[in-house]
Amino acid sequence: MTSIPIAEGLFRESDDGAHLIGGRCRSCDAVSFPMRSTCGRCQHDDIVEELLPRTGTVWTWTSQSFLPKAPYTGPGTDSDFEGFVVGYVDLPGACIVQARLDVPVAEASERVAIGTPVDLVVLPFRTNSDGATVTTYAFRPSSQNPSSQEGATS
Amino acid sequence: MNDDMLAIVGIGIYPFGRSELTAQQMALVAIRQALSNAEVSWRDIELAVGGSLDGGQADVMVGELGPTGLPFINVLNGCATGAASLITAGNMISSGIGELGLVVGFDKHPRGAFSAPDVTTWGVGSWYGESGMFVNPQFFGMKIQRYMHEHQITEETLAKVAAKAFANGSLNPNAWRRKAISEEEILSSRLINYPLRQFMVCSPSEGAVALVVCHPHVADKYTDTPIYVRAATLRSRQYGSFELFQTSLPHDLPPTPSQLASRAAFEYSGLTPADIDLWQLQDTESGAEVMHMAEVGLCEHGAQNDLVAAGATALTGDQPVNTDGGLLANGEPVGASGLRMVYEASLQLRGDAGERQVADTATNALTHVYGAPGISACTILSAESARR
Repeated sequence: MTSIPIAEGLFRESDDGAHLIGGRCRSCDAVSFPMRSTCGRCQHDDIVEELLPRTGTVWTWTSQSFLPKAPYTGPGTDSDFEGFVVGYVDLPGACIVQARLDVPVAEASERVAIGTPVDLVVLPFRTNSDGATVTTYAFRPSSQNPSSQEGATS
Repeated sequence: MNDDMLAIVGIGIYPFGRSELTAQQMALVAIRQALSNAEVSWRDIELAVGGSLDGGQADVMVGELGPTGLPFINVLNGCATGAASLITAGNMISSGIGELGLVVGFDKHPRGAFSAPDVTTWGVGSWYGESGMFVNPQFFGMKIQRYMHEHQITEETLAKVAAKAFANGSLNPNAWRRKAISEEEILSSRLINYPLRQFMVCSPSEGAVALVVCHPHVADKYTDTPIYVRAATLRSRQYGSFELFQTSLPHDLPPTPSQLASRAAFEYSGLTPADIDLWQLQDTESGAEVMHMAEVGLCEHGAQNDLVAAGATALTGDQPVNTDGGLLANGEPVGASGLRMVYEASLQLRGDAGERQVADTATNALTHVYGAPGISACTILSAESARR
């Protein structure tokens, strides 16, 4: 089965797991995700690619409890949308990134409370019109067994 | 202290909510009411400024009002459209273009949360919208959740803020939501973006507000109860600000746009938060009112639970907030929302707010808006001129 990322340049999968692709400014050391061509802090254009830490802690979160309008392309209709969890994850030494959190809405306050350690995972997001699986990035509680994979929208 | 930027000598409103009228038809009602309130005619108006997100270009309305050839500037600045219009009118008047002006804001939005067909116009990749992150209240849920964690704000406080909004709305004939809703009902309403529930979040709506404004030195010519614009400020975000549609943040967060705009307004006017008698704060959701109370200087971070529980922000409290029901009871017609706050503050400072009138000693008010992509605008309004 073919699998393609939701966008180029967001994450990279390798033998030691997935990493987000950020950029660090050589001039002021600011880190951003995704990588930018100019630094948001000092506007310098000498930015070097940096794979961000794959483990961090939940900085904040919320549930998406109603079906987002277009251009949302993920699973669900008005009648069967199950909701998903999004948040920001603090990656030490880098920055705080916005991401899906891979836990069911009903379990979020228990499993991704602020401060919870989480790991980056790459998950199937949807199937496109060619039948290929579109993947996206998310974070999952570090204590969770990595073999028990669920969809990003579970 | 600086001189007054403007004086408001006439106010008009078309009730907020849902209407059969077009946005411009609503605006025309508000404009005619404001002109009549100032006892002037459209032909007396020497300049105009107006804005709307979805209601069309404001200057189209000269066709109905009378095409007198006046300078009419259209402004669009998101939630700060009204403040930007006031600032523009102030600059036009102080630069000598004219003495008497009209400011108008109006809108009419589709139902449901705001959306953007092309999210790249908001500075993020299309993947961001496709993956379901381009949802305004999602940000508000995440911001208040972080704030609750840092400052021990409770869900009960969020519910009390919403209940107050609907209680105030029930006393406002121009409000959309005019039925009081209990804290219990609010806390058991449908989840939108945790911890925010249906009755804690405002909806896009419809409505219009118009103001007749003039050079502050000639205000007495038009009315016995001028309201002076002591300051009107607008600020965009600084690097790293936690705003809508930010894919990453640095670890050191800067002051928020609301802090920047309110500080600038206090500095310009020479007034302090202790001088303010009533507050109209952006309550896109009830958490926003809680956070903005501290960001604009009404209280310290973390003091909100006690203040709200004690009724300090109710109509009868020491620091009334959103006396007309705010966005929660009025909804958000983007172009009109900020001017609704100015309308309400003017009404209160004139002592004309009827059933919801705060103490008749109220002299100074602060209005505050906040929105995407990280902008805020504040006005400080006063029944007293800076030159008194």
